[in-house]
Amino acid sequence: MTHRDDHDHDNHLDPMDARVRALETILGAKGLIDPGSIDVIVDTYQNRIGPQNGARVVAKAWHDPDYADWLKLDATAAIASLGFTGRQGEHMRAVFNGPQTHNLVVCTLCSCYPWSVLGLPPVWYKSPPYRSRAVIDPRGVLAEFGVSLNEDVRIRVWDSTAELRYLVVPMRPAGTENYSEEALAALVTRDSMIGTGLVDIGT
Amino acid sequence: MNGPHDLGGHMGFGPVAPQANEPLFHAHWEERALGVTLCSGALGLWTIDESRHARESLHPADYYSSSYYEIWIKALEALLVRHGCVSPAELVAGQAKSAGSGDRPVLKPQNVAAVLAKGAPCDRPDQGPARYGVGQRVRIRNVHPAGHTRIPGYAKGQVGVIEEIAGTFVFPDDNAHGKGENPQWLYRVVLEGRALWGDETDPLLTVSIDAWEGYLEPA
Repeated sequence: MTHRDDHDHDNHLDPMDARVRALETILGAKGLIDPGSIDVIVDTYQNRIGPQNGARVVAKAWHDPDYADWLKLDATAAIASLGFTGRQGEHMRAVFNGPQTHNLVVCTLCSCYPWSVLGLPPVWYKSPPYRSRAVIDPRGVLAEFGVSLNEDVRIRVWDSTAELRYLVVPMRPAGTENYSEEALAALVTRDSMIGTGLVDIGT
Repeated sequence: MNGPHDLGGHMGFGPVAPQANEPLFHAHWEERALGVTLCSGALGLWTIDESRHARESLHPADYYSSSYYEIWIKALEALLVRHGCVSPAELVAGQAKSAGSGDRPVLKPQNVAAVLAKGAPCDRPDQGPARYGVGQRVRIRNVHPAGHTRIPGYAKGQVGVIEEIAGTFVFPDDNAHGKGENPQWLYRVVLEGRALWGDETDPLLTVSIDAWEGYLEPA
C-alpha cells in the first residue's frame, strides 16, 4: 500500500487509473455526467461528511439524556436534527454499548455503512477478512483492533443486510463528567462508532 | 445468488489489518471512481439493488482479487452497457463513438449537496398487517435464488427471534431485476451464535440480520 502511495505523483498510470479516466471521458463526451459534480462529491466526503458527524451525535447523546432517548427511539430524526441526512443514512438505528453489551456492525454481503454520519467506509470494512469473520469470530476481529472485552460481555453483531444503517454509541469514558460536548466529540473515534474500538481519554 | 459476495463465516482471508491513519482515498482514481459511480447512478437508469447485483455477479476470482472501488467500476461498466449508455467497443477504445441521447437528467455540481442530503429513502407505505410480531420465533427460509437476494448464506434455515418490525421497504429480490418495488415488511431477526456456528462458539454471541417478510416462515 505504501509502495503504491509513493508512486501517486509520477507519470505511471496503473490499469485502474486508465480505466476510470476512460470511463469518465466517455461519459462526459456523451453528456451523461458533469465532471464538476465528481469534484463536488469528492470534496463533500473529504471535508463535510465524515466521522466528525457521528462524533457529534454520540457526544450529544452522552451530554443530553433527552437526546439519547430520542436517538434510541428515532435515530433518523434525532440525527437529522443535527443536519446529517441523506445518502446511506436514510434509515438510521443507534445501538448503545453498555457495561455488559458490545455492539459490532458489519455488512457481510457488500459494504453497507452509515455514510451520513461516518462518511466513506475504510478499506478493511469493505474487505473479505472483516466481512467474513465479524459474524463468526468477533472477539478475534476485535483483538486485531487492540480491543479485548471481558468474557461476560455480550457481543451483538449487526449484519446490515437491508437498508437500515447502524451507528454504535460507545460507552462514555470515566473522568469526562465535566467535559463540554465539543470536548466529548473530540474523543469519539470512527472505529468506536462501528464497534471495532472503544473510547478512552487517552485515544 | 450464492455469489462471492456472501462472505459471512467464510475462512482463509487472513487478518483484518486495519491501517493506521488510512487515507480516505488510496489513489486519485478512487476519487474519480466514487464520483463516476454516483453520477452514473443519478441518471436513474438502475436501482441500488440492481447495482449491488451487478457487483456480486462478477466472477468470484475477479471479485476476490479486486479492491472495492475496482468492483464498483467493473460493475458500473456492465450496468452502463446493459442500459445502452456505452458500448463495449467504446470501453475498449476509451472514447465515445457516438453522441449521447441527451434525454437523461445529468447531476449538476450545484445540485450535488441537495441530492446527497436527500438520499433515496426506500421505505414505503404499509401494504397490510405484518405477519409476524416482536418476540416471535421465525425460520429464515432455506432458499437459493439464482438472482439477487439479501439473505446471507449463514442464516439460511436458522431459527431466530424477531426484535423489531422495522417498517415496509422495497423488496430487493424483485427490484434488482426490474420486477417492481413490491414492498414488504422488514424485520430484524436475532440469531444465537451457537445455533449458527456450533457449541464451541461464545455463548454470549448473537448476530442479527434484517430480513424481509418473504425471507421468513413460522418456526
